Amino acid sequence: MLTYLSKRLLMMLPLLLGITLISFMVIHLAPGEPTDLQTAMNPKASAQLQQRLRTEYGLDKPILVQYGEWVSRLARFDFGNSFSQDRRPVIDKIRERLPITILINVLSIALILVVSIPIGILSATKRNSLFDRLTTIFVFIGFAAPSFWLALLLMDYLGVHLGLLPVAGIKSLGFEYLGWGGKVMDILRHLMLPVFISAFGGLAGFSRYVRSNMLEVVRQDYILTARAKGLSERSVIYKHALRNALLPVITILGLSVPGLIGGSVIFETIFAIPGMGKLFYDGVMMRDYPLIMGILVIGAILTLIGNLLADISYALADPRIRNS
Amino acid sequence: MRRFFLILAGLLVLSGCQHQDTSTAPAGKAVPAYGDTLIEGTIGDASTLLPVLATDSASFDVSGLIYNGLVRYNKDLKLVGDLAKSWQISPDKLTITFHLRKGVKWQDGAPFTSADVLFTYRVYVDPKTPTAYAEDYKQVVKAEAPDPYTFRVTYAKPYAPALDSWASISILPRHLLEGKDITKSPLARHPIGTGPYRFVKWLPGQEIVLRANPGYFRGEPYIHRVVYRIIPDSSTMFLELESGELDYMGLTPLQYTRQTDTLAFRRRFNKYRYLSFGYTYLGYNLRRPMFQDRRVRQAISYAISKKEIIDGVLLGMGEVATGPYKPDTWVYDPNVKRYPYDPAKARKLLAEAGWRDTNGDGILEKDGKPFSFTIVTNQGNDQRVQTGEIIQRRLREVGIDVHLRVIEWATFLKDFIQPGNFDATILGWSGGPEPDQYTIWSSTQTGPHQLNFIDFRNAEVDKLLEEGRRTFDRKKRKKIYDRFQEILAEDQPYTFLYVPDALPAVAKRVHGIKPAPVGIQYNFIKWYVPKNEQKYSR
Repeated sequence: MLTYLSKRLLMMLPLLLGITLISFMVIHLAPGEPTDLQTAMNPKASAQLQQRLRTEYGLDKPILVQYGEWVSRLARFDFGNSFSQDRRPVIDKIRERLPITILINVLSIALILVVSIPIGILSATKRNSLFDRLTTIFVFIGFAAPSFWLALLLMDYLGVHLGLLPVAGIKSLGFEYLGWGGKVMDILRHLMLPVFISAFGGLAGFSRYVRSNMLEVVRQDYILTARAKGLSERSVIYKHALRNALLPVITILGLSVPGLIGGSVIFETIFAIPGMGKLFYDGVMMRDYPLIMGILVIGAILTLIGNLLADISYALADPRIRNS
Repeated sequence: MRRFFLILAGLLVLSGCQHQDTSTAPAGKAVPAYGDTLIEGTIGDASTLLPVLATDSASFDVSGLIYNGLVRYNKDLKLVGDLAKSWQISPDKLTITFHLRKGVKWQDGAPFTSADVLFTYRVYVDPKTPTAYAEDYKQVVKAEAPDPYTFRVTYAKPYAPALDSWASISILPRHLLEGKDITKSPLARHPIGTGPYRFVKWLPGQEIVLRANPGYFRGEPYIHRVVYRIIPDSSTMFLELESGELDYMGLTPLQYTRQTDTLAFRRRFNKYRYLSFGYTYLGYNLRRPMFQDRRVRQAISYAISKKEIIDGVLLGMGEVATGPYKPDTWVYDPNVKRYPYDPAKARKLLAEAGWRDTNGDGILEKDGKPFSFTIVTNQGNDQRVQTGEIIQRRLREVGIDVHLRVIEWATFLKDFIQPGNFDATILGWSGGPEPDQYTIWSSTQTGPHQLNFIDFRNAEVDKLLEEGRRTFDRKKRKKIYDRFQEILAEDQPYTFLYVPDALPAVAKRVHGIKPAPVGIQYNFIKWYVPKNEQKYSR
């Protein structure tokens, strides 16, 4: 197991290097440079400024040299400074946006699991029943409805008309004067709509997945055996079938690890949430190379770790894989 | 208070200011009182609160309350003293002497002197400072501070935009910045100025909080605290305004005309409307043979109904542009040639220029080639795209085949505008009270990265722009710029389309707002909320 682990970890290094090289090349292929955007169309800016900025950022060097410098900085865990006017360290910019993004994503995945697993099981066991049909319609509405539209409707109704929930943002104006409990309540109230909206869209995929897995499993011989033994239907479904049906869920969870730091631009823009999606989008629009690369590297590392974790936990959960 | 700067607005233009108020004006007697908080919505986060490094309007809005220039524009767009009490221009127009206010203190308690001004000037012209605003100050050949309250600059040639440049400068604290790398200064995140508000905190992507400066030299502002809330989506911002979580935002034309005419809204908010500093235009790449004939450009201007664009795109919230200046400023010339919608005249001019529909397909041809071109514009500005669609349809009616391409901003600049690789483009300029347009229209400014990207060359305009820069007398300047506007109107290197209105809404409890040619922000420190209407106690 240990040799397997270390082998896997070692394999990650060249993979990571490859990913970063390709990403670096691709973002530099996009037309326009950060210096263009900071000086272009400004009647007060001179052409010399453009040149000075290019030198300052090292953009006048060959691209492979730039990549080499970037990698050597990265090896020292230095993500460099942002190319935007504030020139702040990239890691600071990511750090201040990461907690809220992870919080929303974790809550939303949890909500998706809690709602869609029961829906999936029930739809499978009561296949083609009214419940099955209604939930199918419900989850597909969630899947198909544009999230920004739904968000605005709910904000208008719950936030403006009923005044029940805050419209947007992540905390109220007097937040720092609230007590401990008040702070938690305030954040929860602000997160309710965003978490609901982001989970609503994900219900369909996951519940359908559980449903079809479940249908697959109940057709297996060992379920027949369980029934033949005279076990109760409850026991057959929840003990024997469910466990097997949920195995692939591990893979999905593993794959969603990198998604934890990713955010959706539209979603964050609508709810005025300062998350990773907006940071990345603005970075791309401004051609802020160090920032884009910083986020991509963290995403790549998390993807690789997520895959590894999925493989390992799969082995732990499934004796067939562990022994092969 | 608001810094005027010319910059092409890439996205929604929410800046600029001017007159023509049709608001439900605040009435009744209310007594000014200190206190309360004003929460303002802003689409984008500030990038840096060192204005010398900033190029975005959000940064300028915030730092405008923290710093001062030497002079400022008053409500009628006249220059008056700010950190300078008064100033003199020498008879040869080469030297300006500023007499600074005494007793002004930085927000950390240090005294403000001419050494700060001299230092700021040096920061702006230092080649190591990555600022977009060095050009104006590089015209200075000698800057000196003979005593702590006098600052003197000398120019090689008379330079009329000079005073405007001393209005848009933000004087920086020497004692906190000297000998340090300005790009790494903590002041970018925690500014210290001389202005009416001092910095409290900045949560990136969420909010920026300022508190009134009790020692402000023009008097303590009534409103105690100003909070900028960053809300990137305009619909969300409007919902926040309706739910009472915002007190001040710029409305879109749709919100202004269709969503705010309810009793509930009027009970709680005042709406204001005035022309903004800026205009949208259709610019022709004059390197293209088809646009080199003036009659063709004039024909297109006749074929486009600007009124229709204003009604359709701005829902009537704007005025027809006839040139580069805002219609209610001193420099604006109302008597230039206009191009009302007249498709017959357009067809006639096109025929004179040799464009005829010889093969009967509805598209004009000349030398066997159909009249077809592409308008490019940037992504993220729906008004420009809609304008393009209306133009496309109108030009098709006179036999011109127009394609519309919408391109992401960075690519748009790099691949289309800078290399001059476009037929025509819909863009906008936003400006200020200073009429100098040298960088946009002079034939010396046609290189890559320069702003005369349509390649406009006119010897008389070059001369006029040069003269305008050297002339201080407003009457003489007016004559120069009137002629300049005449030439542009006759020549139509751009089809000037519209000047949009600024449409702010402010909570009704805020009193003291007096719309003026410069907008509403100019007397921000005099805005107040009467004691019994105050909403926030902190």
